[in-house]
Amino acid sequence: MIFEEKKTGEARTDVLRDRKAEDELDPVLDKVLGNFRQCVHAWSESAYQHTRNETRAAVPGGWRLAVGWAMGCVLVAGGVSGGMYEHHRQVLAKIRAEQEAKQQQLAAQERARATDEDLLAAVDSEVSQEVPAAMEPLAQLMEGDESQ
Amino acid sequence: MRDMRASTKVMAAGTAVSPMTAESGEEAGPQEFARIVESHRPQIFRFLLASTRDLDLAETLTQECFLKAHRNWARFRGESTAMTWLMRIAINLQKDHWRNRRLQFWRQTQSNAVDVDEASEWLPSDERDAEQQLLAQEQVQQVWKALESLSHRQRTVFLLRFVEDQGLGEIAQSTGLSEGTVKAHLSRALAKVRAALGGGR
Repeated sequence: MIFEEKKTGEARTDVLRDRKAEDELDPVLDKVLGNFRQCVHAWSESAYQHTRNETRAAVPGGWRLAVGWAMGCVLVAGGVSGGMYEHHRQVLAKIRAEQEAKQQQLAAQERARATDEDLLAAVDSEVSQEVPAAMEPLAQLMEGDESQ
Repeated sequence: MRDMRASTKVMAAGTAVSPMTAESGEEAGPQEFARIVESHRPQIFRFLLASTRDLDLAETLTQECFLKAHRNWARFRGESTAMTWLMRIAINLQKDHWRNRRLQFWRQTQSNAVDVDEASEWLPSDERDAEQQLLAQEQVQQVWKALESLSHRQRTVFLLRFVEDQGLGEIAQSTGLSEGTVKAHLSRALAKVRAALGGGR
């Protein structure tokens, strides 16, 4: 029994002397107290062994639990960071698409403006080359002034 | 560092801790303490279990007791046995626990203490017949009930005497009381237990 303490002869004698010195326990009380002692010892021994076994059993279980938690944390962290990366990627793509659309729009506007300007320039040159009949006398006068 | 002058440290009654040499002092300390834990833990646990009737609490207080002992191990001079020293720590921890619980009366403190019927079920049969077994169980129940009516000191002294089989001198050292006071507490505790048994018979 693990609870049996080894007492020296001297200590044991002290206990016996104390027992004698105590008011004499009647045999019934002595027996009851002996039963009480046995009861406490049996209960305690059982509980102590149980807790020890539980502690021993809890060690591998504890590792499993810790590993499980670690794996879970890794998975959660991976999921969260993957989601965040995906979200970030989508936002970037959206911004890029918007920028491209804006650039295309600007280029289209530029092209349209260039076409208008070319057209106006062409019209101007054509108009300037044609002198209306009503302006003929004035054109001749201007040519005469230039020759003088 | 531990006082090297102490020639021996007496552990439990009859078992002595060998003196540490200067060379092995650093290594011997933890080993010595581990041996003490191994040999005295069951007894401290048993005392606390009988005092509280609460497995979890007894386990917690036992752990606290050895933690405290470990912290103060360097201050243990071997003037008393290691068992007496540990028991004193356990008694103080238990006293503190009840004091704290009393102070926290406004909180709903749930006690996990088992009832006396359950605690009395652990009586070994010793090849007695069923009737005797039942009678013995009832008497043990009455002792458990009587213990509830004892003061903290009376209960402690009673358990150390009749469960731990300690002598009056040892009880006096563990509790910090004089032998006369221990005797007086023990006598009152016995009177109450006797009265409880007399009422039951």
